[in-house]
Amino acid sequence: MGQFLQQIFNSISIGSIYALIALGYTMVYGIIRLINFAHASVYMLGAYIGYFAMTYFGLGFVPSILLAMLICMIVGVLIEKIAYKPLRNAARIAVLITAIGVSMFIEYGMMFLVKANVRSYPPMSGFLAKSFSVGAMTITAQQILILAVTIILMVVLQIVVKTTRTGKAMRAVSQDREAAELMGIDVNSTISFTFAIGSALAGAAGVLVGVYYNSINPLMGMLPGLKAFVAAVFGGIGLIPGAVLGGYFIGAVEVFVAGYGNSMYRDAVVFAILILVLILKPAGLLGKSGREKV
Amino acid sequence: MLEIRELEVYYGVIRALKKISLHVEKGEIVTLIGANGAGKTTALRTISGLLRPTSGSILLNGDDITQASPRERVRKGMSHVPEGRRMFPDMSVLENLELGAFLRRDKEAIEEDLMRVYERFPVLYERRKQMAGTLSGGEQQMLAIGRALMSRPEVLLLDEPSMGLAPLLVQEIFNMIRTINESGTTVLLVEQNANMALQIASRAYVLETGSIVLSGEAKELMESEEIKKAYLGGN
Ligand SMILES: Nc1ncnc2c1ncn2[C@@H]1O[C@H](COP(=O)(O)OP(=O)(O)OP(=O)(O)O)[C@@H](O)[C@H]1O
Ligand SMILES: [Mg+2]
Repeated sequence: MGQFLQQIFNSISIGSIYALIALGYTMVYGIIRLINFAHASVYMLGAYIGYFAMTYFGLGFVPSILLAMLICMIVGVLIEKIAYKPLRNAARIAVLITAIGVSMFIEYGMMFLVKANVRSYPPMSGFLAKSFSVGAMTITAQQILILAVTIILMVVLQIVVKTTRTGKAMRAVSQDREAAELMGIDVNSTISFTFAIGSALAGAAGVLVGVYYNSINPLMGMLPGLKAFVAAVFGGIGLIPGAVLGGYFIGAVEVFVAGYGNSMYRDAVVFAILILVLILKPAGLLGKSGREKV
Repeated sequence: MLEIRELEVYYGVIRALKKISLHVEKGEIVTLIGANGAGKTTALRTISGLLRPTSGSILLNGDDITQASPRERVRKGMSHVPEGRRMFPDMSVLENLELGAFLRRDKEAIEEDLMRVYERFPVLYERRKQMAGTLSGGEQQMLAIGRALMSRPEVLLLDEPSMGLAPLLVQEIFNMIRTINESGTTVLLVEQNANMALQIASRAYVLETGSIVLSGEAKELMESEEIKKAYLGGN
């Protein structure tokens, strides 16, 4: 029982990371029907920005994560403007290939700039270095931090999407772009805004991973990126609650397969789930089947 | 108020509108009638800015808006109820209506207009929290019109509001269009249902494969043998 609870808590940490990344996939898909493969590289950039902010500028956790979110936001908007916008009316496959190209460009560009070697985040101090025993469980302050940051970001996201003008515009564009134009919504700036939010969340996830696992490298986005994508599909691509649900589900699957089974099968199980979802319920757990969902 | 001069629109190599000209004066209901594929929707979509013409111009209150974005046209007082209603299906009726007022900032006046829409369409008030995608066809048409009114348009473009509705509902929608017009909104109505359209319009244009082949007073057109044969199902 103690071990079970411990696994649950561990899976919340990794699940939060997947959920944060999956949100960007799902929001961008919702608005322009693109699997933005460059998203995982933005997450990696976030991890590096956090690393440099902490190591070279001696910034604390909060300013570092905010800086990473801000820069990732700008990068995300630029990616859309430079790489995807000119292809707005092109075949989907062309945009998809471009997304993979952008992803490679950023990952190998980073490798050139910062070298391929693994780097370590500076050790945390103060509260963030603590851990707590609750019964048989050990909970680290970093796990609490991940959960807290994720909850804050999701609440903010929810408020933005549900209540602000731009949030409503986002939902309108994702449900019917032309009808949104007829309402006077500026579709281009709404798409930029979506990339901005998704990329900021990925940047935050990058810093959290750096703090939690301590090691980062230019290709660190590949596998988590794919898994977050699986999470988004699992919950129903295009659906914000689906991405959160999917993120935590995939996190739990990983932790439990590794904990009770064999950690070698961890990734295989995740991708087996993708295949099963695509066969059994392609619209995802929360998606409505039939019509292509937003 | 609205003037279209020699508008020409292509889909690739297909010429869908062949230099059509028409005008709508303030306070009028003008209808553009024609059979399937005549180019009616193409004309409205070009007028509201969703499509770009290859040549010709569109003037609204004397301003050339041929190059303006749909957003600028909404700002200048144009509102388009598109073919097939085009609701935001996963938003509530209320949210759909609020989006109609997207460019407005005058909160109190928006609230008043919302009440006016609810008065016109009481069913929308009853369903205000329901998702738009779950409304019936008639209710969706009412929502589409209500949403378009929320921008306080000077001119309302309607694309086949009678499409797929039962005769009784069609009558109701047309009565509504008439009262909207009476309260000061100019209307350009695209219809296949020529009979109904000619009854509420003051003037009409007949579109056939991208060209305007006939135009005039609605009453006169209703009497014309050509129209009777082709569009009114008479013999
Ligand atoms: N996106 C498109 N690409 C190519 N051709 C198109 C496109 N949309 C319409 N057309 C063609 O342009 C012509 C005019 O179509 P349009 O939809 O304007 O007709 P309509 O008068 O509105 O017809 P309906 O009464 O059926 O709605 C048709 O021949 C149609 O096939
Ligand atoms: Mg049409």
